[in-house]
Order: sequence, then C-alpha cells, then structure tokens
Amino acid sequence: MTSLERSNLRNGLMFCAPWLIGLTVFLIYPLVAAFYYSLCDYSVLLPPVFIGLDNYVDLMKDPLFWKSLYNTAYFAVGSVGLGVIMSLTLALFLNSKVKGIALYRTLFFLPSLMPVVAGSLLWLWMYNGESGIINNGLRAIGIHGPAWLADPAWAKTAIVIMAVWGAGNAMVIYLAGLQDVPTSLYEAALIDGAGFFQRLFNVTIPMISPVIYFNVVMSIIGGFQAFTQAFIMTGSTGAPERSTLFYVLNLYNVGFQDLRMGYASAMAWVLFVIILVLTFAATKLSQRWVTYDR
Amino acid sequence: MMRRLILSLAVAALTLAGCSANDHTQKPRHITYWEKWTGFEGEAMDVVVDAFNARELEHAKADPNYAPIEVEKVTISAVEQKLLIAIAGGNPPDVAGNYSFFVASYADNGALVDLGPMLAKAGFDRSVFIDHFMKLGEYRGKTWAIPIVPASLALHWNKRLFREAGLDPEKPPTTIEEMDAMAAKLTKWEVTLPNGEKKIESGYLTDVPASQKRLIQAGFLPGEPGWWNYGWGYYFGGNLLQGQDKITADTPENVRGFNWVASYSKNLGIDVIKRFRSGFGNFSSPQNAFLSGKVAMVLQGVWMYNFIEKYAPGMQWAAAPFPYPADHPELAGTTNADADVLVIPKDSPHQAEAFEFIQYVMTQKNLEKLALGQKKFTPLNNVSPEFWAAHPNPFIRMFRDVAVSKNAFSIPQTGVWNEYNREMGNAVDLIQNLTVTPQKALTDVQSKMQDSLDRDLRIVARREKK
Repeated sequence: MTSLERSNLRNGLMFCAPWLIGLTVFLIYPLVAAFYYSLCDYSVLLPPVFIGLDNYVDLMKDPLFWKSLYNTAYFAVGSVGLGVIMSLTLALFLNSKVKGIALYRTLFFLPSLMPVVAGSLLWLWMYNGESGIINNGLRAIGIHGPAWLADPAWAKTAIVIMAVWGAGNAMVIYLAGLQDVPTSLYEAALIDGAGFFQRLFNVTIPMISPVIYFNVVMSIIGGFQAFTQAFIMTGSTGAPERSTLFYVLNLYNVGFQDLRMGYASAMAWVLFVIILVLTFAATKLSQRWVTYDR
Repeated sequence: MMRRLILSLAVAALTLAGCSANDHTQKPRHITYWEKWTGFEGEAMDVVVDAFNARELEHAKADPNYAPIEVEKVTISAVEQKLLIAIAGGNPPDVAGNYSFFVASYADNGALVDLGPMLAKAGFDRSVFIDHFMKLGEYRGKTWAIPIVPASLALHWNKRLFREAGLDPEKPPTTIEEMDAMAAKLTKWEVTLPNGEKKIESGYLTDVPASQKRLIQAGFLPGEPGWWNYGWGYYFGGNLLQGQDKITADTPENVRGFNWVASYSKNLGIDVIKRFRSGFGNFSSPQNAFLSGKVAMVLQGVWMYNFIEKYAPGMQWAAAPFPYPADHPELAGTTNADADVLVIPKDSPHQAEAFEFIQYVMTQKNLEKLALGQKKFTPLNNVSPEFWAAHPNPFIRMFRDVAVSKNAFSIPQTGVWNEYNREMGNAVDLIQNLTVTPQKALTDVQSKMQDSLDRDLRIVARREKK
C-alpha cells in the first residue's frame, strides 16, 4: 500500500466514521444485546441470568402473545391495504392539472404532519359514541353508529380507519413517482385508443410499481410497530377486552411495567424476524410485478 | 475585538472568584428529590421542601462549619417507571416519592435502599405510625419506604339528586342492598312516547326498548371512575392475595362482588352505559360525571372534596363509608387505603442527606402541614387538634376512621402487581360488557396470575440463593 493509498483509506474511514459509529452503537449493539437478554431472566436492575430458550418457549404458550400478534396483523393488513388505496387514489387525483393544485396537495398532505399523539387525541373526540362528529354524521343519514373505541367489535377497525389520516406521506411519494412517468407513454397509449383504466393499469401502475413496492414495505414495517394510537386512545391494557392490545404495546407492558426485559427482548426478536420475513417475501413477490424501467 | 473579548472574560472570572472568596460558609450539599404530584398536592410539598431548605440555611448561618443540605424538587410524571429507568441507568435522584404499591416490585429488584439501619440509628419509634400504613413500606422483613400521605375512599353522594328522587338527602345507604334500591330510584331516562312526546321517568325501565329511552342520570355506575376496579371483591369480604404466594382472585366473595358489578350492566344495558359514559367530560373539569350531576353516587377518595370546591362550588354533597352487604355487617367501613411513600433509590449519591430530609418530613408537624396542603390526612396515630380544626374537608375524620378500621385494605404487596392489575382490568372489562360470567373471568385471572406469581417467586428465590 502506497502512502497515498494509506492516507486515502484513513480519510475514507474517517468520513465513514460517524455513520459506522452510529450504526454500531445505536443499532448493532442493541440488536445483539437484546438477543443475549432474550436468553436471560433480566429485570434491568439486576444482572441477567442465562436461562436458554425458556423465554421463547413461554412465548409460544402465552395467549396474550398470540392475541397481540393477531391484533397487530389485523391492523397491519388493514392499514396497509387501506393506506395504499387511499394514498394512490389521492395522488392520482392530485396529479391532474387543475387550478390551485398546489393548495389541494398541501391540504391533503397536512394531516400527516400532525404528531400521532395530537392526532390520536383528536380522533378520540371524533370517535366519541355520544357526541363525536362521526356518529353525528352517521345519525344524519339515519345510521345508529357504534360506540367505536368502547366497543370490542369496532375498536380495532376504528384504529385502522384512523391510519388513513397519515396517508399524506405515501401520497407525496406516489405523486413524485407519477410525475416521473414519461408523457410519451401516455401519448402512445392514447394513439392506440386506450381508455382511462387501460392507461392506469397498463402504463401508470407498472411505471410506478417500484414506488408502490417501497410504500408497501414501509407500511408493513410501520404497521407492525403500531403503538402510540392504542396507547393514547385505549390505554396500555388494550381495552376494550384487549381488542387493541397491539404487539408493541404488549411488549411495553411486559418490559417496562413488569420488568421482564428478557421476555420483552424475546418478543422484540420475534417481531424483528416476522418483519424480516415479510419484507423478504414482499421483495421476492416484487420481482414478478415490479418493473424497473431505467 | 479579540482582546476586548479576553478582557471581558477575565473581568467576569474575577468577579465570580471574588464572590466565592467573600463567602465563608460551606458549599451546600445539593440533593434532588423526585415528586410525582403537580397542582395543589405538588404545591403542598413545595412548602415543606422550602421550609427544610430554610432550616438548613439557618443552621449554616449559626454554624459556619455546617454545610447546609439543599433539596431540589423536580416534578416527574409517571415516576414509578422513570425512577426505575433512572436507577437502572445509574443516575437516580437522591430521594423520591412513589406509590406504596410499587414498593414490592422495586424491592424485589434491589432498586431501593433498606431504611432499617438508618431508622434504628435515628431511634425511630414505629408505633408513632399507624400500623397499616407502616406495613405498606415494609416487605420481606425490611423497611423500604416511609408512608407520608395516605388516602382512603368513601361513598360520595349528591344531595340535590337525592332530594329530587324523593330520598332523604342526609341518609346515605348503609348496605349494598339499600344502595342498589336507591340507585334504581336515582336513575332517570328521557322516554320518547309513541306520539313523539318526551317525558322523564325514573327506575330501570327494563320493559321500554332501548330505542325509546335515553339515560340522562345514573344512580351509581361501578365503572365510574373505575380507578379501583380490581378491588370490588374486598367490599364483599374477598381479597386478591393470601400470604405472598397464593392468588385469591376467584374466591366466592370476589365472584359475588363482581356479580354485583355485572348487575348494573344488566339493569341499565351495556350500550346504554357506553353511550352515557362517552358523554362524560374529563375528570378534572366541571363536566366530571359526579360534579355535573350525571351520576348521583360515586366511590371516590378524600381528595374529591378539592375537585368539588374547584369545579362545582356550591354543590350539595356528603361522604360516608361505602356500604357493606346486608348479610356481612362486619364488613362495615371497608376501604382502599394506600399511601404515598418516600424512598431512597439504590445508588443514590447522598443517602445520609436524603434520609435527613425524610426524617424532617416524617415529623408530626411537617406531615400535618403536608396533609393539610394536600387535603388528606397523616399516617400517624396522633393527630393534633389544630389539624382537625384547620382541615377544610368536613368529612376528614370519617376518611381517617375508615382508613384505620380493620377493614381497610391496600393493594397486595407482590412483584407481579402490574400484571395482576392489568388482568383484573381486563376481567372487569369482560364482566361489565357481560361477555363472560364473573366466575369465568376470575377463574382465568386466577390461573394466569398464579402461574405468573409462581414464576416470579422462582426468579426471586434464585436471585436470593446467589
């Protein structure tokens, strides 16, 4: 290695250092440590005691683990599906050339800027069974609305519907993708006599498929980590009747209330693997339908 | 420019140095105290802390060799969780306020300093404190916490609503059965007649379909405010834990208590209650269900007086011991009596100073000052006549009487209380929604919590063996 190469290596490493240190300290170390703790009895305050795979075995037998996993999967599927449809539809509308489009775009993006806590408090009022705006609206068209967050049959759905509130973020990404679709393709399709839906399904969606893929993966990851909405709106017990006990909420209870940090670490690792597998599956599937044009 | 900057810095440094050089007293010993209360309860503690700091300064003035202790009070929300994280992180406050029901799990995890040796050295006389409250800070044979401000619960009723329902406003129910009968009379509906006219009727009106009636006033709702939902069994002679290793969630007494809770859901209708409750405002507001006259009787604590004064001044109310089942008169005066406690966290850097502060707070004079400010009572056997005279709550003696009665209970001391509380909360949810029978819900809690407790005890035993 010449001295130039050596100094280049040194400079290169130095430039990478902030990132490398950050990754090691804030990501790799906690990941590895959490895995070690997941094999221990660990209460944070006392040194961990190694117990092998006991935590994982207990987890498989824990009805609350399965219940919270089901609730979370329900939320993730619902919010990903609804979120993609809503944000893509909005993006398609907002991609048109009408007067004042910048204003409309801002208006639809605004709700996603609201912090989740503030949004949750707002929705708490909207979902109020007696005087909430949603039930008042339903009453106006003759529907007797449920008590939403107080009703075990509706609470989960209510939180899924609320997720649409944050569609603005994905919408902006879709919008950027849509504006990247070459107009020449639409012109060619028009000359061939393609209608709106033919253009949508044969030009637009294939052209923005990488964007859809990205958004879906990010929503799955976000969906499985749902916590704040339930914590604020229905409390840490996941009331009513544990219908909103999400996985991370359960993990929080076990780790920070019951001080079973080893068990909580095992839960975290199981969640990590679940998200990893789902992301991997999405990537595999995407090879069939995502087109990278350029 | 540079020169001017250096010059001014030098002047500043000299001025500062000059200050300390002129000051002959010792540097104060600074300690931090974590407080959980805000509002009037926090202010009452401020008074005590300020008085302590003033006393220390006086001491230092008289004796130049004495380094005064300076307590800095920091208000922390969710202190029971943050304290733990601070201890785990090796950076705890020197002294902290906590709830008595966290003593067990903190002690099990070695998070607290055993106050026993310091108390013994200070010549502490345990009999000064009411035994029930002292026990709240004792666990596994050691004293981990000092009770400072206890609280108890009682039935509060709205006299105006009693009068409107044709009941004697001065006569509260003494038995549960009487209370149920009164609650029915205090229940009011707006009924829509077939001709579209509306009229007010009272009683449970079980024969009127839900679409034709709207609840406008409830006599009593077990779920309002629902802060002690785990404890309904105690009022029927039940409990939640025996010794340190036996969960007793599904005893016949508890089942009876929760059947009673379910009876209100059956009488009023689950959807009716849900709708009615969603119309309640925040607890700390004039829209509070009891303060706004939506619920005529509630189980509430000694502090309720304060909220009435603040949000519903002029409200006609009174408080009395919560009723007992007619067939168990020996259960009269059952109440939940827990306390705020002071603890010294493990690794507190100034334990001696922290204990000095605790000792100061523990005196009758200061505990009474604190209790008067917080509108509660003290954990001491002796009460000064001035305290009774100065206390603004007209029912304060009753609150203390039930707290010292043999039927006063407190949250079980166990390391699994958080989980137990969540399980009971969920069980009450299921019971109030009539999703499952109380027997089934409590049996489920019993088996789940016995497993958890056994596991917890195994872990603690293993730790102790090491």
